[in-house]
Amino acid sequence: MIPALRRYARALARDADIADDLVQDTLVRALRSERLFLGGDVRSWLYTILTNLNKNRRRSLARRPQFMPLSDNNPDASGTEAEGRDIARALATLVEEQRSVLLLVMLEGLSYREVADIQGVPIGTVMSRLARARAHVKASLEGERTTLRRGK
Amino acid sequence: MTDRNIPVTEDELHAYVDNELPAERRSDVEAWLAAHPDDAERVQSWRAMAEALHARYDSIVDEAVPKRLEIERLVQQPRRWVVGAVAATLAAFIAGGGTGWMARGATAAAPSVLQTFTVHAIEAHRLYVVEVRHPVEVPGSERSHLQQWLTKRCGWVVRAPELTGAGLKLVGGRLLPSSAGPASFMMYESASGERFTIYTAKSEAEATQMRFAAEGKESTLFWADDGVVYAVVSTGTDRGRLNQVAQAVYDQMEKKGG
Repeated sequence: MIPALRRYARALARDADIADDLVQDTLVRALRSERLFLGGDVRSWLYTILTNLNKNRRRSLARRPQFMPLSDNNPDASGTEAEGRDIARALATLVEEQRSVLLLVMLEGLSYREVADIQGVPIGTVMSRLARARAHVKASLEGERTTLRRGK
Repeated sequence: MTDRNIPVTEDELHAYVDNELPAERRSDVEAWLAAHPDDAERVQSWRAMAEALHARYDSIVDEAVPKRLEIERLVQQPRRWVVGAVAATLAAFIAGGGTGWMARGATAAAPSVLQTFTVHAIEAHRLYVVEVRHPVEVPGSERSHLQQWLTKRCGWVVRAPELTGAGLKLVGGRLLPSSAGPASFMMYESASGERFTIYTAKSEAEATQMRFAAEGKESTLFWADDGVVYAVVSTGTDRGRLNQVAQAVYDQMEKKGG
């Protein structure tokens, strides 16, 4: 479970250290929670905690706009292939909820129902977020291929 | 065949790619895609997107987990049985790593059986919990008779758990029909009139984690164990309270199995 959580966190937050911080906070919260196991299975529950922690983190970042990355010049430690960078860059352009839905469904293999529970929204909302996310990433990937790359 | 004439929607295309589409509709979508190259191209691009995501991020699953994330370091004082369960689940999944993608098909099939079950459990709860004079067939004062009778009719050991620790007294129980044969139904009540019901039925599911489901004002925590599904249902109760009751039931059902 931890490796899968790390994968999700990395794709969600991009920065490897921030991602592992998120995972650590998630685990600590899960293991110490007084009101553990509010429902759902453990896996969904952990994804829920992580998703919410990241939302909070981004909210606090938003209060300090000078730290918001404008473009992704973040050298990814692993994954050097061009395709990998493209997809990471495309993900970065998504709004938070859409990125989370896309990753939970496409990368983590969760069902629409599970994602709806994680985000606390109806299944219909999950589906429309997913559709918008896919359209956006597709456009982003296609746009990138046709745009001349600047040096760095 | 007639379905083939129903146009495939955008939502269905996504559901198709994500294995969320009902099996009987899949061939319709496939026929549609064969006839609509634009949609086929989009579906293909989504698949390529999934592959790109896995190509980019799956290597993280194979990385050694950093020391600071090791469960032993994070667990300081396990407080209750759930901590053990969570830790065990985490540990079990470490071996499995990124099985989410692979196990997709297998896990997707499971909820439907349990969904039907929770619907029955909630319906029974709604039907009888409002009864003042006839909420049960066998009153709680005849607990051992109730247990023997339900065990005999259901075919598995039905026990009326002791929930006085949670402030609940056994009102009694009844036998109910379900799609999987007989089901047992027991009602508990607190001094303030708050009612909880426990519904059990046979199930294909061997064993599952405790899960939560809600419909309207009713909510339930349910789990499967040894081919029997248990649901603890309440109305308008907060999750903490429901969790407390369900855990008490769970603990006693566990002991039964030895």
